[in-house]
Amino acid sequence: MKEDKSRRSFLKNMALAAGSAIALSGCDMKALDHFLQKNFRTLSKAEVDEIITSLQLEYKNKYGKDFTVSAKPATDGILFGYALDLSRCIGCRKCVYACVEENNQSRGPQIHWIQVLQMEKEKGIDFADSDVHYNPEKVPEEGHFYLPVQCQQCRNPQCTTVCPVKATWQEPDGIVVVDYNWCIGCRYCMAACPYGARHFNWAEPSVPEDEMNTNVHYLGNRPRMKGVVEKCTFCIQRVREGRYPACVEVCPVGARKFGNLLDPESEIRYILENKRVLVLKQELNTQPKFYYFFGV
Amino acid sequence: MKLTQFPRSILPILSRGNRGYYAWLLFLLLIMVWGAGGYAKQLNHGLVTTNMRDSVSWAFYIGNFTFLVGIAAAAVMLVIPAYIYNWKPIKEIVIFGELLAICAVVMSIGFIVVDIGNPLRFWHMLPGIGTMNFPSSMLSWDFFVLLTYLCINLVVVIHLLHRIFIKKDYNKKLVLTLVFVSIPMAVAIHTVTAFLYNAIPARPFWNSALLAPRFLASAFCSGPAILLILFQLLRKFTRFEIKDEAIWTIAELMVYAMFIYLFFSVAELFKEFYSGTEHLLYWQYLLFGIGDNKELVPYSWASIIMGCIAFVLFLVPKTRKNFTTLNIGAVLIYASVYVEKGIALIIPGFTPDVLGQIYVYTPSMIEIRTAALIFSVGFLVFTFLVKIAIAIIFEDYRVEEPMPEQQQTLEKA
Ligand code: SF4
Ligand code: SF4
Repeated sequence: MKEDKSRRSFLKNMALAAGSAIALSGCDMKALDHFLQKNFRTLSKAEVDEIITSLQLEYKNKYGKDFTVSAKPATDGILFGYALDLSRCIGCRKCVYACVEENNQSRGPQIHWIQVLQMEKEKGIDFADSDVHYNPEKVPEEGHFYLPVQCQQCRNPQCTTVCPVKATWQEPDGIVVVDYNWCIGCRYCMAACPYGARHFNWAEPSVPEDEMNTNVHYLGNRPRMKGVVEKCTFCIQRVREGRYPACVEVCPVGARKFGNLLDPESEIRYILENKRVLVLKQELNTQPKFYYFFGV
Repeated sequence: MKLTQFPRSILPILSRGNRGYYAWLLFLLLIMVWGAGGYAKQLNHGLVTTNMRDSVSWAFYIGNFTFLVGIAAAAVMLVIPAYIYNWKPIKEIVIFGELLAICAVVMSIGFIVVDIGNPLRFWHMLPGIGTMNFPSSMLSWDFFVLLTYLCINLVVVIHLLHRIFIKKDYNKKLVLTLVFVSIPMAVAIHTVTAFLYNAIPARPFWNSALLAPRFLASAFCSGPAILLILFQLLRKFTRFEIKDEAIWTIAELMVYAMFIYLFFSVAELFKEFYSGTEHLLYWQYLLFGIGDNKELVPYSWASIIMGCIAFVLFLVPKTRKNFTTLNIGAVLIYASVYVEKGIALIIPGFTPDVLGQIYVYTPSMIEIRTAALIFSVGFLVFTFLVKIAIAIIFEDYRVEEPMPEQQQTLEKA
């Protein structure tokens, strides 16, 4: 009881302090609500619903469009996994841009959740000699192969271990998510991710209004604010509805595969059982659920 | 007198001073205004005003943070030799060491605050109302031990000064216990700060068990360097009495620390260069550059050269016992560790980045201004605290007349 009281009075004080700060910057009570919002995982169902209604209203005012904000939880019996055919990928970067559009990534400053690395066949997978800024007239280039890297959805993710405030965690279906309203922006997770999969909003993100994807998930592609970290969520807004991630859909050579690792009939399981499969930086024991394989 | 009246009765000390004092305050104030302007821009536009980017996501701020944690740790560890060698002004050494520690911790927390993207959400990290990621996040731990350390030192210093001020004996049991707790805490804050980097497998440059010992050794070079100079100044301008021998002993201890530091660094380098795995890349970037990217090379060599000169100056008894060369050595070692922690520790951890790309980082003007803000605030606080401490300890600043007998019992203690 005692703790509760001090907690409330502290919150009240914080509210007052924040209130005056906000009054100065000319914002409304909305900002205060946002400020005091708790960690997503500690919210009750009713609180989540309330937050979602208010978010939809806020987005409507801000972008002039109706948003569907989902908070759909994971389904039992599903563990998402991803596979990418290195022998097929031609390095066209269609996935990069489909991802940007689907997930409302900032166009300026530019954020890309997927990085495609060009590597020399001779050297194998060698990050030190790779290039993300390759720019030939035509891909694929002679003597090269392409290694797209995005969040590897580690089973043993370093990024969630190090986060000082539990703003990022692994969902039961294996997707590692970020609560943008709880992240303090310390970027420890970026230091800890061995795959450069986390991206920071160094400035206020900008997305052209007419390109805004209004079909969003609370833990995924909803509009972000400056000063928070974001990352690939396997298109949580799509895959929890039974659809494929945008990058899988767009890949012109069908190099990308996606499915339920717990379903023995799934394509992904077939690949794991029948193809030559590898994961990146295996020695770090992050145990990715993102597999690279050689289809041919 | 109640503790609440204490601040009110000592505040007038701050306004007393000669022209030099006011000039110093004005200087700090100007830097503060200049720095605050920079930080305001950063708050307004976001961290994009710094030169950090996704590839190098921690840099100058976090380097400064690490350096200052070292200063805070070393300042208090100086209490040990003071006890072992039974230097007379133990009480004063404790007080000034802890004052320095307090300011250093305040500044280091300041650097964390300016580094995070949402400073207003800082409360998410507080125990009780936020959600600390105990025990897995080293940053939670670090924050926690820093806060505890700050509180302990504040209690000791305030208690000591207050008791001297009201002419009463201090509570020896309390102070001794807290001082003895604060010494392992000092080790803890720097160790945990090292663990912050050291435990990340993604960054081979830091992923070495020697990191924490190297941190402590380097802190024990730079922390006492400041106190060495401070003690000489105090001795000159106040009734603070510390023998030459005590100062030379501090210098001698620093030589051991430097030697250990040197040895650890050589051990680290040997392992990296002899085995020649891909981990070598980061050291290569730091010491020689990769291709045309030689940005850190001047810094790393400047740090090494300054450190070596200081080592020699401290090692040779003749230069150690000459106050000019001693002070030059102190400044050099301080500068060397500052460059090492501020630039040569964090940036090579991120260059090349985890996907092998090189992003060239050098601090932006905004970062330099913000750092200047924090340092000037820290210096101001330190100036004020030292001034108060001097007035109370050496100038018998009292509201009533001081009573000589009690003064003596204090001195004995
Ligand atoms: S790839 Fe990086 S961001 Fe993704 S789960 Fe692993 S550590 Fe976290
Ligand atoms: S940046 Fe955000 S998500 Fe990443 S560790 Fe810090 S608080 Fe957690």
